[in-house]
Amino acid sequence: MAENSGVAVLDPPVPEQAAAPVRHKHKRHKHNLAGYGFLAPWLIGLFAFTLIPMVYSLYLSLTKFNLLTAPQWIGFDNYARLFSDPRYLQSIKVTLLYVVTSVPLKLAAALLVAVALNRGLKALGFYRATFYLPSLLGASVAVSVMWRQIFSRDGLVNQFLGLFGVRGADWIGDPRFALWTLVLLAGWQFGTPMLIFLAGLKQLPQDLYEAAAIDGAGRFTVFFKITLPLLSPMVFFNLVLETINAFQTFTPAYVISNGLGGPIDSTLLYTLYLYLKGFGSMQMGYASAMAWVLFAVIGLFTAIYFWSARRWVNYAD
Amino acid sequence: MRTKTAGTHWRAHLLLLIVLVAMIYPMVWLVGASFKPENQIFSTMNPLPLAFTIANYVTGWTATGNSFTVYLANSLTVSLCTVIANVASCSVAAYAFARLDFAFRKFWFGLMLGTMMLPFQATLIPQYTIFYQLNWINTFLPLVVPYLLATDAFFIFLMVQFIRGIPRELDEAAALDGAGHVRVFFSIILPLLRPALLTTTILTFIWTFNDFLRQLVYLSDHSRYTAPLGLNAFVDRASGSSYGGMLAMSVVTLVPTVAVFLVSQRRLVDGVATTGIK
Repeated sequence: MAENSGVAVLDPPVPEQAAAPVRHKHKRHKHNLAGYGFLAPWLIGLFAFTLIPMVYSLYLSLTKFNLLTAPQWIGFDNYARLFSDPRYLQSIKVTLLYVVTSVPLKLAAALLVAVALNRGLKALGFYRATFYLPSLLGASVAVSVMWRQIFSRDGLVNQFLGLFGVRGADWIGDPRFALWTLVLLAGWQFGTPMLIFLAGLKQLPQDLYEAAAIDGAGRFTVFFKITLPLLSPMVFFNLVLETINAFQTFTPAYVISNGLGGPIDSTLLYTLYLYLKGFGSMQMGYASAMAWVLFAVIGLFTAIYFWSARRWVNYAD
Repeated sequence: MRTKTAGTHWRAHLLLLIVLVAMIYPMVWLVGASFKPENQIFSTMNPLPLAFTIANYVTGWTATGNSFTVYLANSLTVSLCTVIANVASCSVAAYAFARLDFAFRKFWFGLMLGTMMLPFQATLIPQYTIFYQLNWINTFLPLVVPYLLATDAFFIFLMVQFIRGIPRELDEAAALDGAGHVRVFFSIILPLLRPALLTTTILTFIWTFNDFLRQLVYLSDHSRYTAPLGLNAFVDRASGSSYGGMLAMSVVTLVPTVAVFLVSQRRLVDGVATTGIK
């Protein structure tokens, strides 16, 4: 039944599949001139702003370069220095911790709220829009400023805890807690994946649920045996996107730490350190090497997701 | 689920209400605090100001040396130029991918999807050095020009998906009438693509307006500062003093994007919801 349920989803392991829609066979001849004509702006942009810069960045990563004087070839020195740089290792630690906590938190909140919203509430439109708003504004400096004040020593959170007689910590100023305020901020922005889950939930075949109800299946059984497997392509899609996003987080870490990654480098997210190296101390060769390592790490995560997708993503053929 | 009981309905509602309050309380607090006198900002959880004042807005508006009028005007300039560039260039590329058959189309399409996963840090430094050579630092050009060349593949993808849903018979009928690809694009595809163009417009505007890192890197002169940079300058100098002004200016920089959101939320929510779906 599930196989021809009509659930339309992004097939994770073969995104190119989208490139092969059913063609009208009678129009066989190619339109190379028109095709490349329409594609020209994108093609120029691809080379000028993506491919050539990437090759250039690879070259820069093998040099010592401060923008003002010509790059000076030093081979793999930058890469070697990365892994003996304690601040770099700290930034990797902080970033991985941030990614593996904030992404599951965000997706769990998105899924929970989407399922709750999918019960035919009257005010659905209002809820949807309100839950979506934070993820739209979340990357702004203003929201980070707000977050910083809420978690400050005498901020909203501690006043709330005070109602229960709890003395809250200095969340932003304490290296044990500062990163977790950023994780919470990411969790607060669950709106985008929530919308995608909600769209998926609306397309689930009702007959399965009716069959489950006849069999007397409980709500948790239904969720874990029916809803979650059917939603797995969307879980996959959100997981890939949100992981890539999380690795690139910059603004909140910059704002709550005054651009320094403190206290004691506890919020030194990867991109913040890259910025400090590349544009703070103008070590652009070093920063380029950092960018390539980040590229490789994101590639590795994505590859693991796609590889593991075979085991847990349910394809509706 | 037609067999839902009043009980489960209630619990879902309660859960949603709690989440809703927790989520919007910070924003309500922010707006309320921005209208409070400095000494009352941290003294109470009550978001409503006991003594209403606009002093924070008056002092905050010019507290960073330049006025927020300049910052907002700069932000609007950058955002509107980016929107126009992005909508135009992405729709042209999307038409090629969705409707035209040409050599290596699948290869380029795969590459385009690949660039969606590319972290922007990978090109940040080389792009900066290129723009530095061109003497474009401290201008809006590095922020806008890449969008003229459809570098945000996400929107190409969004439009390709949408164009695929437009019946081919319409193009073919126009082609039979002698319309070329340019005519088909302008008179058939573009008008029908409007919902996707609107989604692109709204998202591009909000994302550009809130973008921070690229503006931080490329704009160093105060007269070129955008709203996020102006606010950041405030944070740098406010540590310890004038929280009121800082919160007021946070509200100010949020107003344009929230306004766009309120006007377009239905269109936007539907548009985003379908990005995960073929």
